Amino acid sequence: MSLSLFALQLINGVEYGLLLFLVASGLTLVFGVLGVLNFAHGSFYMLGAYLAWWISARTGNLWLAILIGLPAMVLIGLLLERLAIARLYGRDHLSQVLLTYGLVLLFNELQRAVFGNDVHGVPTPKSLSFTIHLGEAQTWPAWRAFTALSCIALAAGMRQLILKTRFGMRVRAGASNAEMVEALGIDVRRLFSVVFSAGTALAGLAGMLAAPLTTVYPGMGESILILSFVVVVIGGIGSIKGAFLGALLVGIADTFGKVLLPGFASAIVYAVMAAVLLWRPRGLLGPAFEGR
Amino acid sequence: MAEPLLRAEQLTRRFGALAAVNDVSLAFEEGRVHAVIGPNGAGKSTFLNLLSGELRASSGRVLFRGLDVTTARPDELSRLGIGRSYQTANLFPDLRCGDCVWLAAQSRLPSSMRFFRPAERYAGVAERTARALDRCGISARRTAIAGQLSYGEQRQLEIAMMLATEPAVLLLDEPLAGLGHDEALRVVDLLRGVSQGRTVILVEHDMEAVFSISDTVTVLLDGRVLETGSPEQIRKSARVRDAYLGEEVA
Amino acid sequence: MIGRRALLLSGALALGAVAFTGDRFWLQFLGKAMIGCILAMSLDLLVGFTGLVSLAHSAFFGLAAYALAGLTNQLGLVTPLLTLPLCLLAAAAAALIIGWLSLRATGVYFIMVTLAFTQMLFYLFNDSPALGGSDGLYVSQRPVDSRLAAYLVIWVALIAVYVLLSRIFRAPYGRALEGIRANEQRMRSLGYPTRRYKLVAFVIAGALAGLAGYLDATLYGFVNPAQLGWKQSGLILVTVLLGGKGTLYGPALGALLLAFIEHYGERVTEHWNALVAVLVIAVVLVLPRGLSGLLQGSARG
Repeated sequence: MSLSLFALQLINGVEYGLLLFLVASGLTLVFGVLGVLNFAHGSFYMLGAYLAWWISARTGNLWLAILIGLPAMVLIGLLLERLAIARLYGRDHLSQVLLTYGLVLLFNELQRAVFGNDVHGVPTPKSLSFTIHLGEAQTWPAWRAFTALSCIALAAGMRQLILKTRFGMRVRAGASNAEMVEALGIDVRRLFSVVFSAGTALAGLAGMLAAPLTTVYPGMGESILILSFVVVVIGGIGSIKGAFLGALLVGIADTFGKVLLPGFASAIVYAVMAAVLLWRPRGLLGPAFEGR
Repeated sequence: MAEPLLRAEQLTRRFGALAAVNDVSLAFEEGRVHAVIGPNGAGKSTFLNLLSGELRASSGRVLFRGLDVTTARPDELSRLGIGRSYQTANLFPDLRCGDCVWLAAQSRLPSSMRFFRPAERYAGVAERTARALDRCGISARRTAIAGQLSYGEQRQLEIAMMLATEPAVLLLDEPLAGLGHDEALRVVDLLRGVSQGRTVILVEHDMEAVFSISDTVTVLLDGRVLETGSPEQIRKSARVRDAYLGEEVA
Repeated sequence: MIGRRALLLSGALALGAVAFTGDRFWLQFLGKAMIGCILAMSLDLLVGFTGLVSLAHSAFFGLAAYALAGLTNQLGLVTPLLTLPLCLLAAAAAALIIGWLSLRATGVYFIMVTLAFTQMLFYLFNDSPALGGSDGLYVSQRPVDSRLAAYLVIWVALIAVYVLLSRIFRAPYGRALEGIRANEQRMRSLGYPTRRYKLVAFVIAGALAGLAGYLDATLYGFVNPAQLGWKQSGLILVTVLLGGKGTLYGPALGALLLAFIEHYGERVTEHWNALVAVLVIAVVLVLPRGLSGLLQGSARG
């Protein structure tokens, strides 16, 4: 493999990993802080993408779509948390898996009923429809650069938020012991609502950013959901840093896998996961706490 | 003097920079009741967890009948004959009392990978179960759901479960914790009876009980052994009194 | 207790009696439904008895089905005397490997790992043209070629699986699994090597799922990758929940119920999946013990 091809694939892998990080970070936070395994998380990604398409198709402006779509995702997250997710706190795994599985089925049907089965392309905004030239033969589409940089910025922002602010402290505390946090007088319900909506919005944002790149199609939430689970397993539940490392690892493994071993591309990622688990049964960075 | 049944040699367990158990060497004679006491945070529970295999030692050794069992898993230690009861009820909350003890008794079968004969037909297991329930005075509560028993009854169930495994060594972790006076007396009686001829390592705060049933007492302080001696010696020791700093030593 | 046993017995007899009607639709429909019952009961061994929520179940179903297709198409092996044990072995071997790896994880990690493995197998079959790709494969010759005979074989298998699992449930091994579900850490301190026990349960369940896959391929003569994957595993979990986990007969009933909903739901609306979704959500929130909760009593009586 030539160096330039290698570099190209590496960039692709990192880009993919960064998007995956947005989705997986929401998943790992929700699981770490609320203790809920949410299979419907991929549906938020899909919903974000569909919103991006629908609004930008009608207004001709993807920026506007994101501007409107993000608050919409937050609202949806808030509603869902109050109505359904809150009922899962403290319940057994089977209930959590099946309730959120039911939500996935429901969202899929709703999506089909409202938006139909067609695949939709989403044009990138004119302001970012150019390509950046790196070196002699490499070009980098501006939208992809923007997406990657946004993910990095968000990752840095999350790190600051979680490590350096009072809110972040509550998140970390909640991740290790929600009961204790409650006993200390912190409004756990509000914390849970905020974290869940944030997770929803992150996944939705990832969908909006990805829409011009992957097109918008039914079932698009599924593969990213499964990969997010792989990322969370590798990185450790509740760990944002783990999700970041895991997502990059998975993104790169998947991208190189598709290029080097086209028939087995999908299997590569799972093989990596199996390898990680054999070495570290609790993920690379372990769980933030024991026993969930 | 016979070789001690169970021995800890320079046993240490660190959590980060803190050594919860620090260079503890103790010998536990067969057939004796040896209490381990100390103020809160002395490392008693940690020490017990090291003996039962639930915690890994940072350094040092645990020897059982001369065999190095330092890295043995809890299930391996149990099958070797080290039984344990827990400070906070560690039962099968939605199973029946009798079934809890049954599981303990069944563990003594060479293997529970038996798929075809109904469990009740294993007469040995049934006998052990009945004996343990009887010994601990909860036969009448056999069909009650474990999670619904009174606190005192749950303690009795804890002990019954341990007895049903017919252990050579009994590790008792604060068996009297949280019991009212009458209940405590009943459990102490039970323990006294159960301890006859068995090797017992008892971690407890209740001094009255400790001094009434123990042959030897060791005092731990900040993870180290402060003093070991007969109950009388310990009761009179000035060092021990200082260590407790105002806590009442009976 | 007597009432429920009589109910199950008459249900089983009724299912058998259907064979005499010779009705093509019912043989196919109930044959498929009974396969679902076998799947549900085998998953109950993991979910209800042991407390392991596995999303890998459909993988073993599909693997055995594909194994049959492979044996028949490539090696010309058709007789059930050879193909059945070989397919069961394939499913059991896969369950051993996947189980060993997955059980290194506990709690939710376990669930997520089984999910990933089942997806891996799905992609393996879906993306390989050699294995039929997304279109699937025909079984060139079925081990049992008359629909009636296949139905009866499935019926016998259903009863055999129920009896087998009931036996296991009452045996020392079943008790041990129950203990592991109730408090695994305590079981370890009582001397049980719990991971080994969980692995054995995983392999037995996987082999039985393989049996269901084998029977399915026999009934339809066709295998396809859509039968694997986490959504299919999710549906099997749904049947366990609907019927009531841990009761064995409950999940079987749940499977029957789901089969009827799937069939008649399709007639009512194209969005019948939403019906299933609402039902699942409702059961989780309102009726966590499923149908068995309505029928009262615990499995041990």
